Amino acid sequence: MYVAVKGGERAIDNAHAFLAEERRGDPAMPDLSVGQIAGQLKLAVNRVMAEGSLYDPGLAALAIKQARGDMVEAVFLIRAYRTTLPRFGSTVPVETGQMACIRRISATFKDLPGGQILGPTFDYTHRLLDFKLAAEGGMPAAPEAPSRPGPVPHVTALLDRDGLIQRETDSGTPAPDLTRDPLHLPASRALRLQALARADEGFTLALAYSTQRGYGRTHAFVGELRIGMVRVSLDLPELGFAVEIAEIELSECETVNQFTGSKTEPPQFTRGYGLAFGQNERKSLAMSLVDRALRWRELGEENIGAPAQDEEFVLMHSDNVQATGFLEHIKLPHYVDFQSELELIRRLRAEAAK
Amino acid sequence: MTDHAYNFAYLDEETKRMIRRAILKAIAVPGYQVPFASREMPMPYGWGTGGVQVTAACLTPGDVLKVIDQGADDTTNAVSIRRFFQRTAGVATTEATTEATLIQTRHRIPETPLTADQILVYQVPIPEPLRFLEPRETETRKMHALEEYGLMHVKLYEDIARHGEIATSYAYPVKVGDRYVMDPSPIPKFDNPKLSDSPAIQLFGAGRESRIYALPPHTRVVSLDFDDHPFTPSKADHACDLCGAAESYLDEVITDDLGSRMFVCSDTDFCRTRREAGQVGRLGGTLEGEAA
Repeated sequence: MYVAVKGGERAIDNAHAFLAEERRGDPAMPDLSVGQIAGQLKLAVNRVMAEGSLYDPGLAALAIKQARGDMVEAVFLIRAYRTTLPRFGSTVPVETGQMACIRRISATFKDLPGGQILGPTFDYTHRLLDFKLAAEGGMPAAPEAPSRPGPVPHVTALLDRDGLIQRETDSGTPAPDLTRDPLHLPASRALRLQALARADEGFTLALAYSTQRGYGRTHAFVGELRIGMVRVSLDLPELGFAVEIAEIELSECETVNQFTGSKTEPPQFTRGYGLAFGQNERKSLAMSLVDRALRWRELGEENIGAPAQDEEFVLMHSDNVQATGFLEHIKLPHYVDFQSELELIRRLRAEAAK
Repeated sequence: MTDHAYNFAYLDEETKRMIRRAILKAIAVPGYQVPFASREMPMPYGWGTGGVQVTAACLTPGDVLKVIDQGADDTTNAVSIRRFFQRTAGVATTEATTEATLIQTRHRIPETPLTADQILVYQVPIPEPLRFLEPRETETRKMHALEEYGLMHVKLYEDIARHGEIATSYAYPVKVGDRYVMDPSPIPKFDNPKLSDSPAIQLFGAGRESRIYALPPHTRVVSLDFDDHPFTPSKADHACDLCGAAESYLDEVITDDLGSRMFVCSDTDFCRTRREAGQVGRLGGTLEGEAA
């Protein structure tokens, strides 16, 4: 007979206890430490920091542990924590030209000031399962070269000196904050980049890929990809000068895009820009392609109706915390709405049968 | 049992002020969707974050909170949201519509008429009534500004041409104060008449979409229709099998795999109150079941 849907509170408690048990897994196996996650699953930690918009490897590792490795859930945990943090101010823009690079490559010049540094990359590895990793065992240390003195200028700065690439100017306006103001469209490039920096990696990747296959093609070359530590400084009004407060790891990508000119702009190279926390190569690369595709209006290019050119489409659907929440909410009870649909369909069918 | 690590009702006071400003603006312009800087909440987008933020901004320590989902106090998400405010605000909670000062709801308006001392907060998934006719926010905002609602009327007309009636059974669009077309959230159209001329304040929060809108007390709210096809609220053509109410909105419950079913009030407080007063439906009689 009728089972009233009572007992929701107890069911929720029990489900959460079950979840906690499943998260821990076999108690005979050692518990995974946050330090192990931060140290050995660093790229996962980086992704959670980037899409969570919070630079804290320890918390990101904790979120991954709590989320049982579900990356979007981990991003959500970090976002929900981040939103409660007080804001003291904005830092001075980081100087990526001064980055201590562990990796720096250019696909546009064979050699260049500062050199090509491969760094810790999967590129050129053969994707063969390494069964040695399944067994316990130490690793031989990687050979080390002395750090190379001298500046590592941006590739685009070299092109800029010759006037070959569109000059980016500082608008002088304070950076907008997507998390403190509702998104208004059309969005400035700064705001678009902010949204893309926290956008889902998979979504950004798919959009970037679509531009390569002709849906808003932008002819991108990787002018430069650099990964390394940069210093973060904050202006302290009481002191009257900026104080270095932290060092963070960033991935920065600048694409150099062919541009044959338009009614408003002369032929020149243009750029797409990508920046993400940590070593986050795929994300920063994809972001720079999408950024460039979204710039069609300011450059007077044709809008061919490609998804990656559509600012509203991209910005409204790039956030995985929003997307997953709304997608998964259809698991919630909808029986009131469904009931009204049932009645409607029955009525329409009765009408049609007449 | 409040959680002292967080501010009263979770949100910090600056955020509450920002939300209250949006609410005041929404009340000043009934039916207009006010953008607000929606925060990331510790529950997922699409699960009531807009309603939760509006409730958090309105709650005072003296409030008595009721949370319903599908009309019921004991559905899982209603339980979760009620617990959230018990934990972060320590306010009294109730299941009785008449005792509550603030009611957060998803998909229903309580059957018991509301009073001037009450606030009803709706959780809204898609605040834009024109969204499924025009996906672009930039366009729909323009349409509202110009009061350009032709597209909506064409849609309703096409429904009639095709089906003989308007084929929208929930989230049925309304016109507010003769100005803005508004989405009443996915309440069944049975509830639409309760929107109009209510003595209570009605607030609508859409977290993911960063919008708040409102109906001040005694606002005229008209469900869109045509002279020759007037709006009709509809419900299952039955009485409640537990309490016998003929005028309440009913859920259909499948009771076996042979097509047997029963109909029960979706508003659990309304149904229980009636049964406690001795009303009995076709299958009612005892209040068992509820101990399960």
